[in-house]
Amino acid sequence: MYNTIEELLQQSAATGKTLHRIILEEEMALTDCDEKTIYDRMRQRYQVMRASAQKALNAPQQMVLGLISGQSAKQETYAAGESVCGSFLNKLMAMALSSSEVNASMGRICAAPTAGSCGILPAVLLAVGERYHATEQQMLDALLVAAGFGAVITRNATVSGAEGGCQAECGAAAAMAAAAAVTLAGGSPQMAANACGIALMNVMGLVCDPVAGLVQLPCSFRNASGAVNAVISADLALAGQDPKIPADQCIDAMYKVGKKLPMELRETALGGIATQPAGKAYKEQLRNL
Amino acid sequence: MNISLFDVLGPVMIGPSSSHTAGAAKLARTARIIAERPFHRVRFGLYGSFAKTGLGHGTCKALLAGAMGLSGDDERLRDAENLAKQKGISYEFYEAELEDAHENTAVITFYCDDGSTVEVVGCSVGGGRIKITEIDGLAANIRAESPTLLITQNDRPGVVGAVSGALAESGLNIAIMRVSRETKGDIANCVIETDGEIGADLVEKIRRLPNIRSVRAINI
Repeated sequence: MYNTIEELLQQSAATGKTLHRIILEEEMALTDCDEKTIYDRMRQRYQVMRASAQKALNAPQQMVLGLISGQSAKQETYAAGESVCGSFLNKLMAMALSSSEVNASMGRICAAPTAGSCGILPAVLLAVGERYHATEQQMLDALLVAAGFGAVITRNATVSGAEGGCQAECGAAAAMAAAAAVTLAGGSPQMAANACGIALMNVMGLVCDPVAGLVQLPCSFRNASGAVNAVISADLALAGQDPKIPADQCIDAMYKVGKKLPMELRETALGGIATQPAGKAYKEQLRNL
Repeated sequence: MNISLFDVLGPVMIGPSSSHTAGAAKLARTARIIAERPFHRVRFGLYGSFAKTGLGHGTCKALLAGAMGLSGDDERLRDAENLAKQKGISYEFYEAELEDAHENTAVITFYCDDGSTVEVVGCSVGGGRIKITEIDGLAANIRAESPTLLITQNDRPGVVGAVSGALAESGLNIAIMRVSRETKGDIANCVIETDGEIGADLVEKIRRLPNIRSVRAINI
């Protein structure tokens, strides 16, 4: 049994089991399902994630107002040439943008942990998995770790933008993806926990301010930057950086900060960029449709 | 841990919103099963956030698609209007005025081919989960999270026992059972949530029991 990241680490240390094994066994006990059923369901989720991360790379998706249509293809084309961050990060962002476009266009996605943040985990998984030549089994095990960490965040804090702002949605997604990236890179359980905590620290207090109330802007950019946050947090942890504040305390801090955010900055479209003149103009456009 | 990994990684759904899109589709799909009879016209009254932000989230398309039986992860959701046209189903959306209703509530009225109407009220409570709160003016509490039986019966001694007996014979475990009635000795409503899928043979068996007026199974 675990309800915190610390308990997960303790169990791993005490039994010598990997994080994904402990998380798998916990799910088996909770749902009364066997190992194969859980892996089959996870594989189905993985396939939906992979498809959404690739669909818009060379096919712009259409959506109401079209605020983010074509973002993924633009980044994908750019990733092939010279860039500030290089092809790995640009390709990563292109995939995150793809899922965001698919989601906004009423395409099929897997909430991870929410629909608004559905681009982060798939992009990180695919980009990091490719870099480390991961097998499908390793991808599914990394997904288990991401989901296990996500369950702790859901239980002890929130993953709802309406409750905790964007730090709760894209922040949690990045924290989950960071733990998955460390797993794929062969890092230790402690490193996975550190990456999770660092990712949350990096976006502590991030508000949810959707333009015109749509899940488009700034959501797609937050998915792109959330994916980058995940991989740099993984690298910081893998390099041995010690965040000093345990992951569970970062999760608790995120929750408390979220509670203190005014209602205007929690998915109501009443603050942030949503109420700037350009944001309001899009709201007006939507009303006149 | 009391949260399943698949509640964290999931649902698999049509975007952009688990409450305004996926939940809306499930709500209307459940309402259609409750209405049961074929219909040619359907009206949707939207309340609260459904009415205010539904357009950008495809709530209307999702409701219409759900009413035609499509699930929340079906990519045909965005073409709901065309599908309705093909099926010869007319539809209408209006802003509903309700009191003390959940933010994401819809009033769904089916105009059935036999001339009757069925009105179902429900809300999308977040994460794709729903609650049916009213059927034809009578209060209800149906979440359709596990296979659910809806039974209307004459309020007589022994009816509940006979129904639970039929479930036991089919090897189906009852998770939750709620019986409610307007007045003593009149008509009672029974909602049974089970641990496994409800087969057509079981529905038929219950339908044939004495004092049973209608039986509907929701396997979503």
